[in-house]
Amino acid sequence: MPIRSFPDNFSMPHIPSTKTQPSYDVIVVGSGAGGGQTAYTLTMEGAKVLMLEAGRNYDPVKETPMFQTNAQAPLRGTSTPDKPFGFHDATIDGGWQVPGEPYTSASDDPARKFWWWRARMLGGRTNHWGRISLRNGPYDFKPHSRDGLGFDWPISYEDLAPYYDKTEMLVGVFGTNSGLENTPDSPDGCLLPPPKMRAGELLAHHRTKKLGIPVLPIHRAVLTQKQDAENLPAKLHPKNAKAQRIAAQAMRERAACFWATACGRGCSIKANYQSTTVHLPPALATGNLDIVSDAMVRAVTLDDNGKATGVSYIDRTTKEERTVKARVVVLAASSAESVRILLNSKSARFPNGVANSSGLVGKYIMDTVGARLNGHIPALENLPVHNEDGAGGAHVYVPWWLYKEHNKLGFARGYHIEFESGRRMPGMGAAAGVERFTGGNYGKQFKEDARRYYGSFMGFAGRGEMIPNEDSFCELDPTVKDKWGIPVLRFHWKWSEHETRQAAHMQKTFVEIIESMGGKADKPDATGAAAIEPGGKIIHEVGGTIMGADPKKSVTNQWCQTWDVKNLFVTDGGAFCSNADKNPTLTIMALAWRSSDYLLEEMKKGNL
Amino acid sequence: MNAPDSTNPTRMDRRSAIKWMLTAAASVAIIDRAASAAESATPAAGYGTDPDLIKTYKPGDVWALSFNDKQRRAATALCDAIIPADDKSPAASKLGVPDFIDEWISAPYPGHSNDKTTVLDGLAWIDAESQKRYGNDFADLVLRQKNAICDDICSFGKAKPEFKKAAQFFRKFRDLTAGGFYSTPEGMKDIGYVGNVATATFEGPTPEALKHLGLA
Repeated sequence: MPIRSFPDNFSMPHIPSTKTQPSYDVIVVGSGAGGGQTAYTLTMEGAKVLMLEAGRNYDPVKETPMFQTNAQAPLRGTSTPDKPFGFHDATIDGGWQVPGEPYTSASDDPARKFWWWRARMLGGRTNHWGRISLRNGPYDFKPHSRDGLGFDWPISYEDLAPYYDKTEMLVGVFGTNSGLENTPDSPDGCLLPPPKMRAGELLAHHRTKKLGIPVLPIHRAVLTQKQDAENLPAKLHPKNAKAQRIAAQAMRERAACFWATACGRGCSIKANYQSTTVHLPPALATGNLDIVSDAMVRAVTLDDNGKATGVSYIDRTTKEERTVKARVVVLAASSAESVRILLNSKSARFPNGVANSSGLVGKYIMDTVGARLNGHIPALENLPVHNEDGAGGAHVYVPWWLYKEHNKLGFARGYHIEFESGRRMPGMGAAAGVERFTGGNYGKQFKEDARRYYGSFMGFAGRGEMIPNEDSFCELDPTVKDKWGIPVLRFHWKWSEHETRQAAHMQKTFVEIIESMGGKADKPDATGAAAIEPGGKIIHEVGGTIMGADPKKSVTNQWCQTWDVKNLFVTDGGAFCSNADKNPTLTIMALAWRSSDYLLEEMKKGNL
Repeated sequence: MNAPDSTNPTRMDRRSAIKWMLTAAASVAIIDRAASAAESATPAAGYGTDPDLIKTYKPGDVWALSFNDKQRRAATALCDAIIPADDKSPAASKLGVPDFIDEWISAPYPGHSNDKTTVLDGLAWIDAESQKRYGNDFADLVLRQKNAICDDICSFGKAKPEFKKAAQFFRKFRDLTAGGFYSTPEGMKDIGYVGNVATATFEGPTPEALKHLGLA
């Protein structure tokens, strides 16, 4: 088929559910980081792919509120149950609750509840995510070998490193190499230059040196300069002229960051990574991709030999149940949603759901350990006015710096620290609560107070590694169904002391950092159990279809291929058998690329 | 000034206040501010989960407003007592803040009905107090008289016991007034926000800012 070009009025070519082909090489369920990368890799190599997305079609070029101010939104843009991250956040039909699509909790204890964030839109959660893109390090793939806890991955850092390289080059990640332990450097040509530090970030960088805490440029998927469309495509797609041509064109379509607007709104100029601006346009340009939105997948369909034949789904627009066929099925619906599909794929042969001979589908779900603390930094009061928008999110972070101290810390794994600072666009937070500092004013003095305190607060958030445990899992609820009649998930959750002690350590560290800057911290939560965020709150949901070397102890192999059904793969975060403090998205993409390469090879060999 | 004491609001209130304050500095990576919204499982009859994000909304566009004339007069006068005109920006009422406060208290989302009670009771109180002291509604008082009432209620910590409830109202009303005001273009300029413009480069702190930080 001819390569599609990118005309000015380019929008996602979509097909209705009635126009699907009789059969495809691969069906990809989900269009976020995992599904987007899978579809990209497969279509660039010529596979015919159908992508099914449960949410509606979404075009960030047309729909992103780039320069809209809070005053242009209802309630000055503040969070509501309809838009939990604020009015202008990119999320559509999503949040910790999706109307008509419930999930349940096995316990009423708030500490035992899991919060499940979903987005029902093309591109899924990649449209609003924080763009923090950190590589797992060598230790992170072999945690059990290091401390006897959790599981080792069946792959090492070296296995995934080439795919981290390619993913960074494709999506565009800024950052620097630190040379720090278990914080991998990227080869030359992978990372874009980091933006300069903002005032508060720079102050922290200097003041925390005496604490031995490294405040360094973070890695985020934002183009700080145009991508090198001349040289990168050949590195991404060697010996594939068509793919190189498409990749080059897609890179030219992306602008560099213009240092304004929050990344969580999405990016109409395609300067940051979201599946809808980076993965899907070139995948569609190959002519090898069909996308059906509003397709709520119920189950994987199987033949008499236990081989996947396709999927069944509900067309949300007509409420009709439909089936589509393919040689290979890839689930990338988000780790818990993929678990749900597997468990709902019941048959006489697979009474407990498909790919579940180990009984481990849904087990070992993980989130990131989160705790936070705010502080007031007097040095930032009355800061001379300047523009601190920057790259629409944090420019620095603190990578875990105490790998040598774990025997003294009382918890096994590390965390990194993310920052909130700067003179950002005012909303309902502007000058709210300054009575706490001024004693309470009004009139012209209040206006002076507002100018003085604006931008003088910083927030610190720890993001730490959770160890998989037996008490954190999901299963089908025996009675509850969603509005499509599909059984829903019931979650079980429990933090171990490794996580709560880590959260307590975070609190102590935040106070130290704030005080090193001459600031005053809010009262920290004395115990980690109070400080730790609920499971799922950080939206780093992984596990549930963990990979391993033993079919009895894992759901997928190192290629994210289910042990039981060789033409069924899971390329979202489900295959993670540990959840390092590094945010999972970059690793999801790198793993999806690696798995897709294997899938293509196996198809070529006739094994699939 | 920063020391917590027994006269301060509850711990939860302080946390929400600082959370609000940080919304101005929110990075998308940090999601704590969404907590209260997430705790409610009941979808409200608001703008829905897929509103048009490009459109400019005005108070009253999505749900009906609540103020009667008397309440609006009192709210307008109090907004302007809190944020009067000075050489940098106009008074709050000139930028539509009373309408915004009406939108806020009329919203169908969790928490807003409590704010509605606080605000409407507070506005009724301030008119009654004005009548008691000066025989006029708050909006009809002269500046000295308005200030006398505001002085009694502008600080929860210093307010006499009989003014504690009014001080709670005042604190909420001031936060709403400030949020409504500083999110407008004129308010953003006043507070010193100069972003939301496309630029070719990001230069970081200016030399003056570095000097201010002691990092020059």
